[in-house]
Amino acid sequence: MQTHKSSKLITISGILVYLFLYIPLIVVVLFSFNSSRISVSWVGFSFKWYNILFHDKTIINAALNSLAIAFISSIMSVIMGTMAGIALHRYKIKLLSSLILIPVAAPELLIGIALLLFFVLINFTLGYISIILAHIAFCISFVAIAVKSRMHGMDDSILYAARDLGAGPVRAFLLILIPTILPGIISGGLMAFTLSVDDFIITFFTAGPDATTLPLVIYAMLKMGITPEINAISTIIIIFTLILTTIAAKISPHLFK
Amino acid sequence: MKVFSMAMLDIQNVSKTYEDNLIVNNISLTINAGEFFTLLGPSGCGKTTLLRMIAGFVTPDSGKILLDGKDITHLAPEKRPLHTIFQSYALFPHMTVYDNIAFPLKMAKWEKVKLNEQVLELLEDVRLTKYMSRYPHELSGGQRQRVAIARSLVDRPKLLLLDEPLSALDARLREHMHVELVKLQEETETTFIYVTHDQGEALALSNRIAVLNHGKIEQLDKPQMVYTRPDTHFVADFLGKCNLLRAEILGIDYEGKYLKLRVADSLEFDLFDLDVDTPNMYFVGQIGWYFIRPEKISAKKTDIDDEDLFSARVFVKGYYYYGGETLYEFLLENGTKIQAMLSNTKTEQSKFYTEESLVYVAFDPQAGNFLIK
Repeated sequence: MQTHKSSKLITISGILVYLFLYIPLIVVVLFSFNSSRISVSWVGFSFKWYNILFHDKTIINAALNSLAIAFISSIMSVIMGTMAGIALHRYKIKLLSSLILIPVAAPELLIGIALLLFFVLINFTLGYISIILAHIAFCISFVAIAVKSRMHGMDDSILYAARDLGAGPVRAFLLILIPTILPGIISGGLMAFTLSVDDFIITFFTAGPDATTLPLVIYAMLKMGITPEINAISTIIIIFTLILTTIAAKISPHLFK
Repeated sequence: MKVFSMAMLDIQNVSKTYEDNLIVNNISLTINAGEFFTLLGPSGCGKTTLLRMIAGFVTPDSGKILLDGKDITHLAPEKRPLHTIFQSYALFPHMTVYDNIAFPLKMAKWEKVKLNEQVLELLEDVRLTKYMSRYPHELSGGQRQRVAIARSLVDRPKLLLLDEPLSALDARLREHMHVELVKLQEETETTFIYVTHDQGEALALSNRIAVLNHGKIEQLDKPQMVYTRPDTHFVADFLGKCNLLRAEILGIDYEGKYLKLRVADSLEFDLFDLDVDTPNMYFVGQIGWYFIRPEKISAKKTDIDDEDLFSARVFVKGYYYYGGETLYEFLLENGTKIQAMLSNTKTEQSKFYTEESLVYVAFDPQAGNFLIK
């Protein structure tokens, strides 16, 4: 009886948590199809905000910028993060392992200010390059953590076996190590991509006057109030993020044992 | 009994230290072509480190390793004509059974048709043809083991190193694999170096056994010799149940080549076949142990009248029923414990004697030996 009751309680609280998480998102998605200009009242179903959105040059440009930045910075952070993850697993230096966590745990505001100060200090012109560098800097950690945990679940003896069976160090790395940790690399890379696409704070500090990304444009639009157009963009971003995170979650733990 | 005389692997004065611990202490040994050689010892005795030095994963601090007369001490692992079977099998998780077995041939750049033929032949040998497109995580423990074996033998290496390969299997499968391994070793005429801490496995499989302790070889001999004629207290104890009774030398006869012993302060008998090549090894008054295996001791309710046997009256302290045999713990009149392993040959027999009764034990003193260390 007792266990039955408590399991019911767990189910109910679980549902409540999910509702709390998803009701705001559902509201945004619903109102993006609202034909009224005033967000709070429902008038009728319409695609008109999407239509306006796809004809807005500023938004389209900003979105393309965001995708390009995310693409470059996630590729770069995958390469560097993978190397970091492998090294952290191999050399097991506690201090370095916790240092790699700091960009994940530290407030973004702090990282944003620190990067801004750093770029100013070395006289680096703020623009797309500085945004990409900043994104790489915080994405490396996420990739490194994903790769490291994948390495942790790997049987190290397969690397010895590869050497033992005739593969030199390079072939053992390319044919055995990389394919084995590939799920970790991919899920880390997808995480880096989604984080980069929707990052606002760090981008805000490192963008400079001329560079725009989608989150920066949305923020600028918000100053005029929440329009149904913003709801429409948000809906697209939600769907996009959902797809990528689902892929990442699918690939990460169960692809191959 | 097969005779192996062609030296294949020559290990010369090899040592290895890890963080100030001498793991392998100046070991020298020669392994012959075609031999099933076992390195036996408890964990931390250096057996795995020695195996890893032969495989090329660990470089010795000093000493040399020669394979067919060629110095391989510093050769990269991928360049050595030998393979290792790992405790965890180390199958590549992202490759099918077929690709796992084909891996060494692909590394050696075999021609496609020949490669395919060879892989199929090995799949046949280990009866895994049906499973060739499965991934390792879709196989049972025993099947994974067979994939690992096939992968290691596919390019016909001269030497196979086996690092506790059966320790992850359950007891029944392990026994089945013993038979398979011996068969495979004879069929392929490959030299096996087998590392284990399981003395039963070592005795059942090997042509010769090196018993290792604290980085040194305690004894190197045929299985029946290390079991019945151990050189040291450690070897006697490690290879199975035994009686190690305190013994003192009362007299030495170099002419008759025998020792007169007093065992457990009460039993006096002579031990023949004394090794007189090292005459200063023994002296009168020397204290050591008299070693004898429990199954060499028999028991009767009445005194045994046989002049070849030594007998003594004992008190039955307890017994442990093992199924095929029962282990008895007897006490001599002065309280010294003696173990005897008695075969349960009769129907439904589980014990011969009731506890706390008085019986007689008898044994041939020559079935045991005197140990000084």
